[in-house]
Amino acid sequence: MTYELLQPVFVISMALIAIGLYGVMSKKNILKIILSIGIMDTGVNILIVAMGYIPGGTAPIENGNYPVYMDPVPQALVLTAIVIGVSVTALALAVAMGYYRKTGTLELDDEGVMKW
Amino acid sequence: MRKIVAAIISITVFVILTYFFITSSAPINYTTGGQYINPITHEHSNQSVPQQYLKDSKKDTGASNVVTAIVVEYRGFDTLGEVTVLFTAATGIALLLDELKRRNVPHDEPNFIVKVGSIVVLPFIVVVGTYIFIHGHLTPGGGFPGGAVIASGFLLLLLVHTNRGLPERKLSVTESIAGMTYALIGLLGLVFAHEFLENYLPLGTFTYLFSAGIIPLIYIAIGFKVGSELGGILHNLKGVHEE
Repeated sequence: MTYELLQPVFVISMALIAIGLYGVMSKKNILKIILSIGIMDTGVNILIVAMGYIPGGTAPIENGNYPVYMDPVPQALVLTAIVIGVSVTALALAVAMGYYRKTGTLELDDEGVMKW
Repeated sequence: MRKIVAAIISITVFVILTYFFITSSAPINYTTGGQYINPITHEHSNQSVPQQYLKDSKKDTGASNVVTAIVVEYRGFDTLGEVTVLFTAATGIALLLDELKRRNVPHDEPNFIVKVGSIVVLPFIVVVGTYIFIHGHLTPGGGFPGGAVIASGFLLLLLVHTNRGLPERKLSVTESIAGMTYALIGLLGLVFAHEFLENYLPLGTFTYLFSAGIIPLIYIAIGFKVGSELGGILHNLKGVHEE
């Protein structure tokens, strides 16, 4: 029962992960690669939060009216994951800025640096 | 050529992962019970971890938001590490970008709407952010989202004043004091409750603002720390010296 409701969420999160993977592999611009990593991050977070879904449940904030709550553990874990994702993105942007000041470009191929 | 290979690989990954998740068994529903064994004490129980948290958080922590109870109380040590990761990232950015900073940046006049709108909106942004982290134990939100909202106010300031940065020293002093407060609250737990980050204040009335012991204090410290830290990151990314 939980299972049919979650299928679209699985498709959406896997699509986000695949889009991010495509961006990381095919793009040459550093900013686009960092954005792709962020998109993959979002896909994983959506998947983890969706795993805690309970049919008929409500947000895990106790007020005495609802007997069924969503699973709070995935939400707490994703809260941590989002903050780590922000840190990683910011640090990657700083490295990209340093690269730009050094080489004058954000394209990886221009300086003879090939990804693969 | 490279784009075709990348597209083939990512479509394959998408198909395989989607197939795996759709055909696998349904995610574990914590309410259906079952048998669980504690790996340390070998006690048998029919309660899963989320059930335990949902049942005991009111008695243990006094916070009505169970997610906050988990993040700050049950897994408070993890959150201390998370704050440390954010601090490390901010320090690394400051280190990487310090030599790239410029002194005399030309002043571009910003859009009139942005300039006037910032004066109107900025107080509300700060008030909403503060509300979010003060009420972290009662409503959705907490120190991290509240600090991020306040940092968006800093971003607005940086967009409007195109040739200026933020007061870097004040931000780092705020951040250091907030971080030390968090660690100090945890260390006082060693004195009063014999465990690091254990609650030692009275729990108060459930669902009231002054409740849940040390959780609001920790979230206020985190809110200040995240707000000033993200503000410092934005200042460093803009790369303007504050005279």
